[in-house]
Amino acid sequence: MTRRLLTGNGAAAWGARLAAANYIPAFPITPQTEIIETLANWIDNGEMDARLVTLESEHSMITSAGAAAATGVRVFSATSSQGLLYGMEMIYTVAGWRAPFVLINVSRGLASPITLEPDHNDILAARDSGFLQIHCATCQEVLDSTLMAYRLAEDPRVRLPVIVNQDGFYLSFTREPVDLPDTETARQFVGDYDPQNIRLRASSPLSQAVAVLGGAPYSYFRYETHLASLNSLAVYDEIAAEFAARFGRTHAAIEDYRSDDADIVFVMMGSFATKAKEAVDRLREAGQRVGLLRPRLLRPFPAELFQTLLRDKKGIAVIDQNLSMGLGGVLYTELASALYGQAQVPEVMLSFIGGLGGRDISTEEFFEMARQTYAAVKHGPVPPPRLLYTEAELREMRKLQAVAHVEREELNKGERHE
Amino acid sequence: MSETSVTLYRRMKDLPSTHLLGSGTPMCSGCGGLEALHEIYDVIGEKSVFVNAAGCMTLLSVYPFTPFRGSWLYTAMASAPAGAQGVRDALDILLEKKRITQEEDMEVVVLTGDGAAYGMGLSATSGAMERDLDFLYICYDNEGYGNTGQQYSGATPHAAKTATSKGPRGFTGFKKDLFSIWAAHKPAYVATVIGSEPLDLARKIAKAKQLKGPRMIIALAPCPPGWDFDPQDSIDIGKLAVKTGVWPLKEYVDGEVVHTKVPHQRQPAEDYLKCQGRFKHLFEPKRNESLLKEIQDKVDRYWDGIK
Repeated sequence: MTRRLLTGNGAAAWGARLAAANYIPAFPITPQTEIIETLANWIDNGEMDARLVTLESEHSMITSAGAAAATGVRVFSATSSQGLLYGMEMIYTVAGWRAPFVLINVSRGLASPITLEPDHNDILAARDSGFLQIHCATCQEVLDSTLMAYRLAEDPRVRLPVIVNQDGFYLSFTREPVDLPDTETARQFVGDYDPQNIRLRASSPLSQAVAVLGGAPYSYFRYETHLASLNSLAVYDEIAAEFAARFGRTHAAIEDYRSDDADIVFVMMGSFATKAKEAVDRLREAGQRVGLLRPRLLRPFPAELFQTLLRDKKGIAVIDQNLSMGLGGVLYTELASALYGQAQVPEVMLSFIGGLGGRDISTEEFFEMARQTYAAVKHGPVPPPRLLYTEAELREMRKLQAVAHVEREELNKGERHE
Repeated sequence: MSETSVTLYRRMKDLPSTHLLGSGTPMCSGCGGLEALHEIYDVIGEKSVFVNAAGCMTLLSVYPFTPFRGSWLYTAMASAPAGAQGVRDALDILLEKKRITQEEDMEVVVLTGDGAAYGMGLSATSGAMERDLDFLYICYDNEGYGNTGQQYSGATPHAAKTATSKGPRGFTGFKKDLFSIWAAHKPAYVATVIGSEPLDLARKIAKAKQLKGPRMIIALAPCPPGWDFDPQDSIDIGKLAVKTGVWPLKEYVDGEVVHTKVPHQRQPAEDYLKCQGRFKHLFEPKRNESLLKEIQDKVDRYWDGIK
């Protein structure tokens, strides 16, 4: 084992290398590109034994990834944001092929307006596809999750592709110390790829991904994929336990930070949860019993674990770094559906939207969210979903609009003179 | 290029007598695409994997049946060539690492209609050629989005009536020259074929089979429901497409285009047009002389440029 400073992208590339991925269909997109550049350099220098092919789009990249996995090799790929959406037809399609591979998504806000910094609307668009989803908060987790993802994807009880998600810029371009397992130990953990009955060979012809006619066979195969996804909950726990025993790092399906004796619990995903941890520590110092739950697994959704961890809490503040237009936060609605009708779960559950397009969530804002949650617990009622935005931000926005208006007027004046 | 493949099919009786593709598929009767596929599959053989794009032939393999003795992978409309890339690369990796023997290798064949080939899938096809992918591409070209009821596509010929061009002039656009677009990529091989000329077809597939790299085939596919003719006339219409010079049989290899069957005594194009309902408006209620001349002139101009 060695310890290195790695970006999230570097950690993802190391994950692919240590898992001995043989095939890497690629397509560049910010902020993911560093991953494929790193892998391409290793392959060119003979440090990694794999084939990297740049396709002409993410749609083709995902097709090629699924097809290679269905032929019987271990596949790695990476994308982000618009790229994930461009490939979305194939994200849904290849999940149904039941050919396991690992895809890194580096989260980035979606157009429009077009932007570069992160939020989770891109990855959540893949929520119902059949891909499993692991969400990371640190660079170490990106590496560890990639290794675990291969085990999970290839398990005979699962056989589904996995997306490992990390936030653009905040993880992708941030260097953190990362423990790198040595190649041998990592290979032992991941094991060799066994394509089992999903493979293409001349001696054993196979028709894959054929059409079905009628709702009954269609439903059968869709149910199978859903049940395989549910199976992966228990499989994930087994793999996480084995990983902890071998590498000394525990990655539970839901990270529990000081929520054991908490009254109020923040729930959020991804790297911004590290900001919540800081706020939890400060609130604890001030005598408030606040904790954090961070789901690493979003698909399958660890509903029962949430029910257990949130039992007897007084209030929940869900912070969604995404926005389902016309509804609100996606994690909020998912968690509400997991808790509804369950015994001893908190009745007070507040929804906050923040961190869109990389917008910061300050410690003060966490304090305010905790304050509002406490207030709702004590006096009710539960306020409607809040869109986090500060007065200072609004003032800056007004300045930009003022500039735009002045320039527009200037332009109009010119037109009138002609 | 060895001479064996070409001399293998000297006469009709040299063509394969064992037919590999199963019968009872849900293709329409008289389907010119299925006819071509039967002939092509006999030459390619069962050591193959067909990577299919959304189109009529997606319905060849409907769970739990398939007419193929070899393998099949359905992808989506736009990305069958990318699926072929994944399969080919994976087979190469498995061979390289000796995880499979040479006997387990397969010919990777893309099978798409003209909707995918001329339109949505053109970018993926261009990419596969640019990467010099070792694969065979079969486009069955029935000159419209046939599976959805024959709306016009980039492959629809000028003046043809389709479900989305029912006006008096039919389709106002022109059939895209996919052969030239493909040939501009300088792939190993490009050819046009038609099921009604089985000898020419078999020789081309045999030649393609011996080459490495992208090998691209466009099969004109007379389509009874889409072109509006009696299924029993499918082969005759195919023959007329060649005899009138409307469908030139040619191949591109080593940087040169060679016509493999030149119709020296070309029949008038209208002999081909008048037996199809999609061109009926050119003849009834009265002959549209200017449009007929326009079509004939285009055919003549093409052949004038050919030695």
